Amino acid sequence: MSGAEKIAVTVTDIVPLNELVTRFEFKRTDGGLLPTFSGGAHTVVEMRDGDLTRMNPYSLMSDPMDQTAYTISVRRDDEGRGGSLFMHRNVSVGDEMTISYPVNLFSLDLRAKKHLFVAGGIGITPFLAQIKQLERFNGNWELHYACRSEALGSYVDDLTSHHPNETHVYYDDQDQAIDLVNLLDGQPLGTHIYVCGPKGMIDWVRATAAKEGWPREAIHYEEFLAPQPGKPFEVKLAVSNKVIQVGEQESLLEAIEREGVDAPYLCRGGACGQCETRVIDYTGNFIHRDHWLEDDEHASGEKIMPCVSRFEGKTLVLDR
Amino acid sequence: MSKFTFPESIRSRPVYGTLEPRAGAAHLLIADAHGAEAILDIATPDMMAKAHIIYIPKGEAFEDKLRALNPAQFYAGPTYGAAESRIHKALSDAKMGLQVYLSGTEGLMGQAQHAAMQAGIPHTAIQTEHRGSVARRMQCVHCKGITEDVEIDPFVCAHCGLNLFVRDHYSRRLAAYQGVCIDAEDPGNVPEAKGIYE
Repeated sequence: MSGAEKIAVTVTDIVPLNELVTRFEFKRTDGGLLPTFSGGAHTVVEMRDGDLTRMNPYSLMSDPMDQTAYTISVRRDDEGRGGSLFMHRNVSVGDEMTISYPVNLFSLDLRAKKHLFVAGGIGITPFLAQIKQLERFNGNWELHYACRSEALGSYVDDLTSHHPNETHVYYDDQDQAIDLVNLLDGQPLGTHIYVCGPKGMIDWVRATAAKEGWPREAIHYEEFLAPQPGKPFEVKLAVSNKVIQVGEQESLLEAIEREGVDAPYLCRGGACGQCETRVIDYTGNFIHRDHWLEDDEHASGEKIMPCVSRFEGKTLVLDR
Repeated sequence: MSKFTFPESIRSRPVYGTLEPRAGAAHLLIADAHGAEAILDIATPDMMAKAHIIYIPKGEAFEDKLRALNPAQFYAGPTYGAAESRIHKALSDAKMGLQVYLSGTEGLMGQAQHAAMQAGIPHTAIQTEHRGSVARRMQCVHCKGITEDVEIDPFVCAHCGLNLFVRDHYSRRLAAYQGVCIDAEDPGNVPEAKGIYE
């Protein structure tokens, strides 16, 4: 089977934080200990919704050294494909679920002299685990956290009460904004910046830091993409010798899995590169949505990331 | 000739580029001997207004030309050892946005790169350009002593006196290549020394 190794868990706690965000706690169903992880890691949660299996990545926000339970926070997305709605509406305490071993695509660079975190909205979650990890080693960090409003500021009270000197919160509805150029100016040599939030925020932080002369290696970001719905299309899988249909609401990867073909994956969000698939032949247009392939690879028509990217056209033949 | 094309080698061997001006809050340029030419090639008045040049002439006459660039700070000193405390001070005072440019011999670039890495700059973000002598800074793997400016292969360790073979295995931590005893099996059977790239 592809993907990281699986763990059978039981939902042990569900805490609504505000109108949009709910926290879920998982413990091993067999009563054993969970693996430790490193701050920034995510788990892929499998949601069995009738015949449909959704697999969504969520950042682990609990203490990385706490092996008794994992917690994630799920923001309800009413426009999405239903994974977060399923978590909010269909999951109850006591339910048994399957999650993956932790995978980290957003780890701390421990060579950094200082860690500068920039979070937007639900993008706070990986930082909660990273902060717990750094606190254990007396690490040097600072958080700049932008939220829509006080009511939607998940974990703000917790952060400001435990880390009043390191935490800086900005509320959109009070016209507060991160003064990024000023924030970057004067940071000690060896500072690394980490950003997690909406695409616009990630692009803004990356572009501004690069313009101010920050090395690429000191700029870290994570953005999980949810697969977007699109027009149905047909794909030929050359190795398995199957012709499959990709429905409007499912991703190409999900359609491949539905047909019983084992395809590699890890993040399912266009970031990790595991599901990269070679295109053998095509007539039509790719809708590339991943962060993995370079622009020239997108243009080449030779590769596709089936977790988030789609196709519109007559024929698509994949090496799978 | 201050430029030399190094032959293809193993992955351990450092590869040098060509300096290019980059946007940044400040610029630290460290060079020895003919490395001055690489600075002269990229210097602009805007860059020099925020620049600190640290230069080790090693007998070459570029000091006046570098001074004429009118950098914000200029230092010339006899050896890397003499300049070292200044380099450490410049790095420890520096903020993010600093650009580091190294040019000249491998020994100079390696030592300055190590200092910049220790200060928190990823080694891939440090620009380098080789100019001038192709001599190497060598560590004897037996006594651990460093012999500077080695031009011939094999050579005699300046510390323990063993005959050492010049390898391409390089350590960023030590800023030195590895020198290994060439006549351990048959003491005294030492090939005639020649230039490293001859």
